[in-house]
Amino acid sequence: MANRKRIGMIVNYLLLSVAALLFIAPVLFMVAGSFKPEARVLSEMDSWRALLPGDVGLQNYRDVFARIPFGRYLWNSAVINGLIVGLGLIVNALAGYALARLHWRGRQTMLALVLALLIIPFEAIAVPLFYQLSAWGWRNDYLVQVFPFVANPLAIYLFYSFFLGLPRELEEAARVDGAGILRTFFAIVVPNAKPVFATVAIVSFLLYWGMYLWPLLMTVDDGVRPLPLAIATFYTLPPVRWGDILAFGVMMVAPVLVIFIAFQPWFVRGVATTGLKG
Amino acid sequence: MNRRTPTSERTIAWLFMTPALLGLTVFILMPFLLAIGLSFTNVRLGSPLPVEWVGWREYMRLLGDAAFLRALINNLLFALVVVPVQTALALGLALWLNRPLRGRVVFRTLFFMPVVFPLSLIAVVWILIYSPDSNALMNHVLRLLSLGHWRSHDFLHDPLWALPAIMLTSIWQGVGLQMVVLLAALQAIPAELYEAAAIDGARAWQRFRHVTLPQLRNALVFVIVVTTILAFRVFDQVRIMTQGGPENHSATVVFAAVRAAFDRSQVARGMAMSVVFFVIVLVITLVQRRLLKQSRD
Repeated sequence: MANRKRIGMIVNYLLLSVAALLFIAPVLFMVAGSFKPEARVLSEMDSWRALLPGDVGLQNYRDVFARIPFGRYLWNSAVINGLIVGLGLIVNALAGYALARLHWRGRQTMLALVLALLIIPFEAIAVPLFYQLSAWGWRNDYLVQVFPFVANPLAIYLFYSFFLGLPRELEEAARVDGAGILRTFFAIVVPNAKPVFATVAIVSFLLYWGMYLWPLLMTVDDGVRPLPLAIATFYTLPPVRWGDILAFGVMMVAPVLVIFIAFQPWFVRGVATTGLKG
Repeated sequence: MNRRTPTSERTIAWLFMTPALLGLTVFILMPFLLAIGLSFTNVRLGSPLPVEWVGWREYMRLLGDAAFLRALINNLLFALVVVPVQTALALGLALWLNRPLRGRVVFRTLFFMPVVFPLSLIAVVWILIYSPDSNALMNHVLRLLSLGHWRSHDFLHDPLWALPAIMLTSIWQGVGLQMVVLLAALQAIPAELYEAAAIDGARAWQRFRHVTLPQLRNALVFVIVVTTILAFRVFDQVRIMTQGGPENHSATVVFAAVRAAFDRSQVARGMAMSVVFFVIVLVITLVQRRLLKQSRD
């Protein structure tokens, strides 16, 4: 009986591992291929050797740096994402707090507005916003890739519901001690709201690191373009060298994977509560 | 006692709200209203004609626009296939991982990994998987499964295969997300419910049918609605993997809207498509609210 149970368990783990392999095989294939000479990337795809790295060392990686300004793209992505996440945390947390805790006329209207805008997906806005900003002559810089995403209805809503659930006693105690609203917010509320700040930061980073449609519409040159555009144009750039493309992919996804593994529980929780990914 | 006047609280509230309000107005509300407004005009980029109010003309043209209708049908097909398949797979994986299991976090992480990859990168890697080369992964797997009868296809340039190929990539990429949401919901089901069911002599299937499914209802509605909306938002994979081809067989509504306004300067047409797309999303959202409300009553 114990034996049969053990066999069942082993079979279970084997099946789970096969399923897991299905999900990570393309990833392993990408990493392995990035170390292969060009001819073997495709020709070894029909065997388990597809998942074994080749022996050309960092040659493909050197090629990437030689063929395109990779550092520039990486820097662009880092600046754009840093600004979206950083500014977004400030702007949306302030709005969420005003909606959750402060007494002012217009609060209900603003809350209704935020909830209504929550329904509009970015893809419905992209074309008109492209037209609007082009008419203003605003194109092809960092800020046009940042500002549209700073104020975010979903982030405001997440902050709003978190602040609603925070025990009022904390803030009341601070106010009795004579702290004003600003002091109460920055010294008492913000330190107690780390989970929601983490969730919003992680989800928006995940979302915007891969952003493709908007920079495709709004930018024209390498100086300001982020990584997703580079990978997409890289494979149309003759000669198509898959080893180089895969090396590029590894470098592009590395920052996300590092953050993903470091903040794994936060990541999963953040995504599970928001269900968000474009 | 230092009582703050309501005036200062009101001022601070507006101070807190203004940056967000500014952003929401300029970057969401304005373009949204602009889309509705311009969709009733004849505006084109770089056209010498004066802008005129033309009523429903662009919408009428959409009805006769074979490429747009094809895109609409493609989105519907996408939703019809991807939503049930992806939800069922996600539910299966979530149930599998919800059993007593050491290393659950490891497996959850692995299943979830594709979700964090940028779609553009996934699209490029899958171009390679779908390559017409007979060694390429998809052709190779199908040849093995068919015991050698499979003839190599160029999936992404084949009218029949282009859309299903994008569907498969999307399912692979997205299933981990739905699984995480469902797994969280499964773990929130109180154990007493299962104990009570066990005392009543319920079998595994009955426990699933009468305890698990009702408790999962809201999470399932959520997952299904989010996946349906995502099915209508598809753009990146199409643009990178197939360019909507061959002959619009894999074009989507967002892809068509971008192509009209951006590549062909048909601004009004692109706006009308954006509005149609928004109406679809709105209807799906309203259905979701209705379903969730029913369960609360």
